[in-house]
Amino acid sequence: MSAPGRVVSISGLTKSFKTGVTALQEIDLDIRPGEFVSLIGPSGCGKSTLLRIVGDLVQPTSGTVLVNGKTAHRARLDHDYGIVFQDSVLYDWRTVSRNVSLPLEMLGWSRARRKERVREMLELVELTGFESNRPWQLSGGMQQRVSIARALSFDPALLLMDEPFGALDEMTRERLNMELLRIWEKAASTIVFVTHSIPEAVFLSTRVVVMSARPGRIADVVDVDLPQPRGAETREQPRFFELVTAVREALAAGGRGQPAPTLPAGTEERY
Amino acid sequence: MEPVPPGVVRAIGGRFVDWLPALAVFALGLALWQGLTTAFNVQTFLLPKPTDIATAFWNDRGTLWDYGLYTLKEAAGGFAMGCSAGILVALLLARFRGLGLALLPFAIAANAIPIIAFAPITNNWFGLLNPVSKMVIAAVLCFFPTMINTLRGLTSVHPSSIELMRSYGGGELAVFRRVRIPNALPFMFTGLKVSAVLSMIGAIVGEYFGGPTNALGVSILNDSQLFDFPRAWAGIMLASAFGIAFYAAVSVAERLTTSWHPSARTFRSE
Repeated sequence: MSAPGRVVSISGLTKSFKTGVTALQEIDLDIRPGEFVSLIGPSGCGKSTLLRIVGDLVQPTSGTVLVNGKTAHRARLDHDYGIVFQDSVLYDWRTVSRNVSLPLEMLGWSRARRKERVREMLELVELTGFESNRPWQLSGGMQQRVSIARALSFDPALLLMDEPFGALDEMTRERLNMELLRIWEKAASTIVFVTHSIPEAVFLSTRVVVMSARPGRIADVVDVDLPQPRGAETREQPRFFELVTAVREALAAGGRGQPAPTLPAGTEERY
Repeated sequence: MEPVPPGVVRAIGGRFVDWLPALAVFALGLALWQGLTTAFNVQTFLLPKPTDIATAFWNDRGTLWDYGLYTLKEAAGGFAMGCSAGILVALLLARFRGLGLALLPFAIAANAIPIIAFAPITNNWFGLLNPVSKMVIAAVLCFFPTMINTLRGLTSVHPSSIELMRSYGGGELAVFRRVRIPNALPFMFTGLKVSAVLSMIGAIVGEYFGGPTNALGVSILNDSQLFDFPRAWAGIMLASAFGIAFYAAVSVAERLTTSWHPSARTFRSE
């Protein structure tokens, strides 16, 4: 049953809502260990739904999702997921360090082990010194870093991120993009990242999955061959712009609706 | 390990300066009352002078204080009964949504019943001299605000907060323990503060329909029937003071348990 070398293995996945709307249709996608995969697409293309189905927070109508060869449900109960939402979802009644240790408490870690891990994680996201602050005393960017520290604290097999930087200003966003890449390399994790920012998707990912809307399906997959490690200069490379253009064109093609792409070359200019 | 939270200091009363405007208004109000009742020679049975009320209280302070404590005990008993029932029902309704849909309309309708009109009936059920007859009135008054506020706190949880718990493999119990209940605390205290005041009112009104002579409500009623209006007013003032003290005690408990709440502290920027 298990697909070797696959963290996530999605096949024939369809999701229809009771209202009759088909959110996702016939999705096939494999994600290898250590990959950074972005899901990008217009609003309503089902990218967040797809992420939630992978995380077993939403049930698919048909098709299968395997995570490390297990069902998504089993994987969730096995604590294989770290999740970061657009909203940092920190609990006001817990200090920063107790927010980070929340999943560890649920896993039954000892106090000493939790303390040590929280220290490491806060160091990783550069928030040492804010242990006893309350979440609402931090800026939006800092809150999101706490949320990332919490998601990574228990070394989940898969990090699911649903537009984690969508609510932040451009400067904070670019800074956190760099930080996320640094963390990704250090933690050697596999990341599925939902975004609707094309440069963000290209900058971060090893692969960009371009989705089209109504019904949501995979329109194209763009391999990002930018060299690692990436930095501020990556955004200035000609290859970066080429890839941004490739994703943009794939989005435009998908936006016309399926079946695509059958229009003659050069038609893109009209859009 | 954490330092004493600054919330504690605020909880005990904050800075004296913060209270100055309120104290000034209080003093001004008393002065006006005294001045106007004297200037227009208002009859005592209409409105006694503050000094008359104070004198009446002072002359009988020991007795009135004991009466007040007796009534406060009834109020506190009713508060404990009504509020714990309210919290329990809120937990059940939040856990079992179907139950909530079935019962909530009745709870709201029941809230429209003038509960105080039941005072003669509870006196009949539990006995005129039994404090339980007053506690039940206070309890019924406390139940609804506590229940509805707690329920709102338990249910007004950000959906992502619940998804987060689920992503850690947490079940319904974990969601309640780690999200819903802490989230409900500030809401619950809003209900408890309303209830603290209502419980004192419930106890006093219950006593108006009969009770032991050492109860404040009975004493107020007797004094006004005997035309001892300054003493009746002294009783009313004492009842208010106990009600306010009860409210303040609940507020302190609130500040101590929910010092994490954004409203309890000042902002700190990055």
